[in-house]
This record gives sequence, structure tokens and C-alpha cells, in this order.
Amino acid sequence: MPQVIVDGQEIEIGAHERLNCIEAARRAGKEIPHYCWHPGLSVVASCRMCLIETGQRDAATGRIAMVPKLVPGCQTPVKDGTVIVTESALVKESRARVEEALLIDHPIDCPICDKAGECLLQDYHFEHGQPQRRADLQPFHSRRRDVGPTVTLFVDRCIMCTRCVRFTREVSGTGELMVTSRGAKEEIDSFPGFPLDNKLAGHVVDLCPVGALGDRDFLYQQRVWFLKHEANVCGGCATGCSIITEHNQDTVYRLKPRENPHVNKWWMCDEGRYGWHHLHDPARLLSAERRTAPDRSGAAWQTIDWPEVVDRLRSDLAAAGGLAVAVSPMLTVEEAWMLCAVARSIDPAAFLAVGHVPRQGSDETFPGGFTIRAEKCPNRHGVEAVLALFDPAVPGWDDLLAHVRGGRARSAWVTAGYPAPWPAPWIDADTAAAFAGLSCLVVQDLFPSALSDQATWRLPAVGFAERAGTWVNAGHRAQCFEQAIRPPAGVWPEGRLLWNMLGRRGLYDPVAVRRQIAGAAASLAALDGDVPATGIDLRILQLASNGTPSPA
Amino acid sequence: MAPIKPVLLEAVGVPDGHTLASYRARGGYAPLEQTLAGKQPGDVVEMVKASGLRGRGGAGFSTGLKWTFLPKDHPGPIYLCVNADESEPGTFNNRILMEDDPHQVIEGIILSSYATRASTAYIYLRYEYPQSWHRLQGAIDEAYAAGYLGKNIRGSGFSLDVFLHRGAAAYICGEETGLIESLEGKRAWPRIKPPFPAIEGLFRKPTVVNNIETMACVAQIARRGVEWFRSIGVPSDPNNPRDPGSYGPKLYCLSGHVERPGCYEAPLGITARQLIDHYGGGVWKGRKAKAVIPGGISMGLMTEGELDTPLDFAGPGKVGCLGLGTAAVVVIDETVSIVDFLHNSCRFFAHESCGQCTPCREGTSWSLRILERIRAGKGRLQDLDLLLEMGNTMGMMPGSTICGLADGAAWPMKNAIRKFRGEFEDYIRRTNPDGWMVTDPVPALAIVGAH
Repeated sequence: MPQVIVDGQEIEIGAHERLNCIEAARRAGKEIPHYCWHPGLSVVASCRMCLIETGQRDAATGRIAMVPKLVPGCQTPVKDGTVIVTESALVKESRARVEEALLIDHPIDCPICDKAGECLLQDYHFEHGQPQRRADLQPFHSRRRDVGPTVTLFVDRCIMCTRCVRFTREVSGTGELMVTSRGAKEEIDSFPGFPLDNKLAGHVVDLCPVGALGDRDFLYQQRVWFLKHEANVCGGCATGCSIITEHNQDTVYRLKPRENPHVNKWWMCDEGRYGWHHLHDPARLLSAERRTAPDRSGAAWQTIDWPEVVDRLRSDLAAAGGLAVAVSPMLTVEEAWMLCAVARSIDPAAFLAVGHVPRQGSDETFPGGFTIRAEKCPNRHGVEAVLALFDPAVPGWDDLLAHVRGGRARSAWVTAGYPAPWPAPWIDADTAAAFAGLSCLVVQDLFPSALSDQATWRLPAVGFAERAGTWVNAGHRAQCFEQAIRPPAGVWPEGRLLWNMLGRRGLYDPVAVRRQIAGAAASLAALDGDVPATGIDLRILQLASNGTPSPA
Repeated sequence: MAPIKPVLLEAVGVPDGHTLASYRARGGYAPLEQTLAGKQPGDVVEMVKASGLRGRGGAGFSTGLKWTFLPKDHPGPIYLCVNADESEPGTFNNRILMEDDPHQVIEGIILSSYATRASTAYIYLRYEYPQSWHRLQGAIDEAYAAGYLGKNIRGSGFSLDVFLHRGAAAYICGEETGLIESLEGKRAWPRIKPPFPAIEGLFRKPTVVNNIETMACVAQIARRGVEWFRSIGVPSDPNNPRDPGSYGPKLYCLSGHVERPGCYEAPLGITARQLIDHYGGGVWKGRKAKAVIPGGISMGLMTEGELDTPLDFAGPGKVGCLGLGTAAVVVIDETVSIVDFLHNSCRFFAHESCGQCTPCREGTSWSLRILERIRAGKGRLQDLDLLLEMGNTMGMMPGSTICGLADGAAWPMKNAIRKFRGEFEDYIRRTNPDGWMVTDPVPALAIVGAH
């Protein structure tokens, strides 16, 4: 195995790994500071913050020959015998000088800058900078202009790392951003009439190592040090991007992508990024309600306490019989499994179908490989895998509608939880009319709809950051996540209700349910044990048992 | 060193010397026809290698050696880029060649393309040379009409297209990878190396970038032979195995405070004093030289005492200059303030820095603003150390930038302050009698008015 020597420490790298010095040093626990380099973008080596000393150890003699000048760590590949020095006096002086140079024209307006607290310029200056400013130049300007509907540019904070420019050229492939002017006067800008409005545009804010690019959605909403971070999964489409939900006091402030080489690499789309506002929409259903008039006419609703819901829901549905259940692809694998189990315990012949699968447009793949799926739900594959355990036919929403319209159902339980507003409500009045003849209709949704207007029971659902469990994305990758924020007061997540309806004791424990499913079903056996943060491919065991080599 | 009969500048003063007929009458294109008829591309490479021709663009890299870096038997296209973006202050030798003898350049381009197996050549011309543009385009058209360019040149089976591209007036486009980026239609930000252009250059294909004067030299070597070329200039230093020698005639651009400024052809190795006295008629108005720029502003400064330094590829480096550069010799007489000189130099590089690498982008602009403050009577002795530190740490040589522009900005700073520190100190003491010795940090907001 090739050996790399980082500050005297020998580390081994993979025989065919192509690492640069920054990545190799990171393996040895050494952080080489850098601004312009990003693993998902091309290398430009222009910030010069990652300058280090390198050398080569002669395999035969063991003698080390050093390169007589500084080299950029991002641009320098390592091979067997590469020597990296990250802490020499020369390197430290060079870093201090780069920091000093970057701060010459940088307005030190950290107190009013959104980036303060997560700013690389701050962090590196604290760690590598000089204590005293030698430049005699007025640093403070405050020019700001919007480069797109979601992104604003604080022109003078920019350090010209060009990450944003490269992102729009290489990943989104739209190329709206560019560098104008020359030398110390150069700026990032967009061409007049061509604003930064592509579907991944918000990402440039994450890439910006300083406070130059601001997210207009997040601007001045919260200081970053108040934010708590929860690894989560985006529910916006079937890609299921790994994300970090940043929240404070049960309020989400922003979403950021979480690196996952199997799913979204470093990226996420704007639809997902800004797709959390429905969580805090005042129009949400917030309490479990039952219609007072048994014939479902009239609009009188009675709020039922949740412990009472557990019993009365079961007895209402049992009394009606002929149960049909729509298992929403917004539910987690665990919730779907418990819903099926509850339904079958009420009516052993209950008709179980995948809920409405919303679609919009067609899949869109960007030059950088990132895909936005037309299927706007995160867990169709997971729900189908669960349903297959109960009914190998795995009926869909249309089958359920046909079942209900055919008069074969006397009661229905429709789970939904679709974030509004989509371009149109997920269900229209005509479709909802199919459920009119039922003697008991339970609708569990985030927002009122044509269907909930007809319901006997109107139960609130929760949004993506408010639930815990497992989602399986379009690539059959199962990702487990924790609950980031609590749902609004008075709302039980679906999992909690179902857990109680199954008569299980204590707090809802998705991990226990997941293990139970994994033990019961070969197709979901990969979910046993701990699932890594980047998820696991559900097909991995099948592939292994088929003798085919498992995908890397 | 004895003056030589002009060869590269043969056509200067000849009526209609820029035309094909005149060039043919002087023996032009005959070597090309012989080469195409009887020699292999490898023979031309060997000829140029044997001649010891070093690139005339500034770095002085061996031309033949550069050609051999191209991948062998490359299946795709190979490109030749001819660098006519002559923007180094003080330099105008390419301009003379393009305006007065464009066919000499084109013959060199055809020979070089044949040697490197390039089927397309691009001439990247500086925007500010409209006459060169007209002359070159006219010569290209003439060469196409006469069958020296185009498909199957003179029945040899070798084809070549030459395109003349006019730049948009940026100094950085003279850097070879900046030139390539610009030719590709992008912002001329120099590329990181490796890969070098010979492996991955224009349109990501193997590319050779050569200077206009180098092309003219290739044409002359083909016409007059390797022996003639090696009979001129300075042989390699036996004590320095890495010195390949400086052979051939060179166009020196003499300007500044001399009696007869102009572009002169002289053997490599002529000293600055000989050049100024014999060709330039001495420093003007009977004054003494204070300093001389050996080869364009980015090469630094020689003092009056260093004027006997030979202007070959190794000479200026021995007195602390960056190198021979473009051999643009600018004479600065004793009345000029060296502070003003450095201010002017810093202003140029602050304006021309492409802004890609942090040390150059911020360093060139910071040094300019320090010089502006010094000239505004707010200088402090401490500033000189700061400028020196900047000069020592910015550039490709210390490794802090991608291209050599920052080295070019650093050398005048270093040379001026090292060689004329006394004058700087006197100036600062005189203009800032109350504050020259202060070492406190300059209060940024209070001093703004000085800028």
C-alpha cells in the first residue's frame, strides 16, 4: 500500500486512491486550510491558502528530497513516498500572509454578517492570521446586490475563491455567475438579464466560504451559533438527499446538504432547500378531530384527546368493517409497517394500497450528475417493500380508488402528509367524491383538503423534520434519520399513534420497529443493525446472496 | 562585441519589404520548399535543437526541447500558438517583425508547424497593434494564394491553417496558458501546471506556444544554417552545466532616456553599456544613467555600475535581475526619482494582475497603495520592509502564485529597494519629517484621505 508521510506521521492510502495533499493530510488528522478547493468542483489552486511543503522519499535509500518552494496542497497529488509538511515556519508565514492579504479589502463587518460563526475567514484568521493589521486601507464598504431571486451578494466580502462560479458552470451547468474586472477590483456578478435562478442556485451560498453570498430566505433570521443540527433526509422527491436540518426552538431555519457519495454527493436542489416552510404553515391541521354528526354532514368537529383517539379510531373502523388503507409514500418504513399491522388487526382482510404518489414533470439530471426526481415523495420504494409483505400484488392508489368506487370498501383510512402548496392540491373534489359513500373515513394529512372535508376522522400528520425512521429512495438506498424538531403542540406523529394502537408500551421506538421488520422480511433484512449515516442499499444482501459482486 | 549585419531586421527600410515578392527576392520561402521536399519533421526539430535557439518571449526556454515535450505519435490535433501579445512595457520587437517582415514570421510558423506536426496555428495578436494586424493578415492571405498555407502545401502532403486572433488588450494574455484560455474564449486566467501545454493545451490538445521573434529565428536558421546561428552569441558557461548558452542574434528594444531609441539587432551577450553607447548614442542630454531595465519592467533594475553586464540569458540574473526577459532595455537617467519609477511599475502590475491568486491580486494593489501613500508624504521607513517582504514572497518562484506575473511585479520592488534604498529613505524622511520613524499600525480610517 502506498505510504504518505504527513508531518512525520506515516499513513497508508489505498493502492488506487487518487488523493490530493489536503485529503491525505486529513487522513492523518491534519487540517490544511483552504478556500477555493472543494471536492465536488474543479481545482483552480488560486486562493493559495493550502500552500504546504512537499517532498519525495526515495524508496531505495529512504532519503527525502524536498521541493524547494511552496506548493498548493489541493493541486498536488500524493503517491507512495510523498512527504507533506503542514506546520513548518514557512507554511505558517505563508498562511498568515494570505490571511492578511484577504483581509485587506474585506469589510470586517462580522457583527452584521450572517456568516459569522461559520465563516472560514474568521476561523482561519483566528488560527493562522496575524494579530496586527499592517494594511493602512479603509476596509469598510457595504455594497450589496441581488444576483438572483434567492441569492444576494455582499460584493466586498468576497475573497474570489470562485467556487460559486465553478458551481454554476460545472454542477448546475447554467453558468450564470462570472468574474468581472481584474485584479483587486474584480467582482462576482451575473450578466444583466440572466439572474442566478437555476434549480440548484441556493447551493452557492453553502459553497461560499465567507459571507459574500447570502441566502435571502435565511438572511438575518438567526445567528448560526443558535442553530442545532440534525442529520436528516429531504422529503421533497425520490432522490432523498441527505440533509442537515438546522433548527432552533422547534423552528427550522434552513436546510443544508449533507455529504453522501451514494445519493446527492454534496448537493441538494432549491425545491428541497426551501421546502420546509410548510412545517410552520398556520393552516396545518393541529388536532385530532371527529365529526359530531355521524352522517358526515355539517362541519361540526369535536377535538378528541389522543389517548381516546387510539381506542375510538379502532372501534369506529371495526364497526364499519371493509377497511381500505392508503399507505402514504411520505410515511417511513416503520410507520407504513405499523399502519399495515394495525389495519390487519382491525380487519384481517383489509385492502392495503400505496397512497397517492405525486409526480411533477420528469426527472431532471444536471451536468454534475445531480438528479431532481419527478416523483415528489421520498419513500415509495420503502412503502412498496412493506406492502409486499402483506399483499404481494402491492396495489397502488388507482387500485384503491377502483376498490372504493366499486363499493368493496365500507371504511377507509387515507394517510397523506403531502406538503402544501404543491402546484395543485394533491386530491381534487372529483377524486375525493369516490369516498363519499363510506361509513367511516379517516384522513391523516398536513393540510385540509377536499378529502378531509368528507372525513369522519381528521387527523394531523407531521412533516419530514418532525418524524424519525427510514426512507428508501429511488435508488433503493435506505436512510435512517432522527426527528429534528417536535411537531406543533397537540400533534402526534403517525408513528406514535400507530405504536399506541398496536398496544405497545412506552415511547415510540422506530429502531425497535425497524429491527423487527428486518428480522421478519428478507427483502428488508439489510435494515437490521446500525445503518450508516450515508444509508444502505436494500439490495445489498440480495446481490450478495446471488453471488454477484456488491456495488462499491 | 562587433555589430552584426541585421538579419531579422533585413526588411526594415526596404520599400514594400512586407510583401511576398520582396521576401522571396531576399531568399525567403526557398528554405521552406527545400524542407518540405527533402526533410522529415524530426530533422527540423533536430536542426532547431542543434542551433541552441532559446525562446525569445522572455523565459528563454530551449525551443527545440519544448517541441520534444509533445507526445509522440499523438493521434489527434496538435496546435501551435504564436504569442504576439507583446505587452511587456518597453518591448516592441515583435511589432517591427510583424509590420516590416511578416512573411519571415509566417515562414517560421510553417516550419515550426511542420516540425511539431501541427495542422493549425493561431497567432494571438495584441489589440493595440492595428498595423501589425493588417500586415499579418495581408501576408497570410498572400501565403494562402501562393500555396504556402492551406491544404497540401507545395505538394508535400503537409497542410496548415493559420488564424490571426486579435486579443482584447490584457497583459496576462501574454502568459502562455492565459493566452490559451483567452483563445478558447474564456477569461485569461493562467492555468495550473502540470499539465503543461505540450501535453494539454489549447482545446485540451497538445500545444506549443512560441514567440514571434522565435518564429523569425527558426526561419533564419532554416535559411542560413545552424553554424551561422551558433557563430553569434555566447557559448554555455563551462562552470554551469545547466547553462545552455545564448546563441543567435537578438532584437533589443532600446528606449527611455537615450539619444536614439529604437529596435536594434545585436548578438546576444552585448552589454547594456555597449548597447546604449554604440546603438543608442548614449544617455540623452549628456546625462548619466541612473538605472537600466534589462528586459522589460518585470526583470528589475540594473544600476549604472552594473551596465557592463552582458545582456544574454544568464547575464542579468548575475546582478540580481530576473533575467533577460524580452530584451527591452529602458534607460532611466539621473533626474528620475526612483520612487516615481516604482510607483509607475506598481501601478502597471496592480492594473494588469488578473486577480486569480490571492498574493498577487492583493499584493500588487497593496504595494501600489503604499507607494501612493509614500508619494503623498505619508511614508514611513517601515513601509520599505513591508514592500521588500511582499517582493520576496509573491510569485511563482516562492510558490505563492500560479503564473509569473507576480514575480514580474516583485522584481522591480525588490531591485529598486535593495539597490536604491538610500534614495527611498531620503525621500521618506524629507517628505514626512514628522512620521517617517513611526512604527505603529497605520490607523486605517484616519488615513483614507491620502489615497
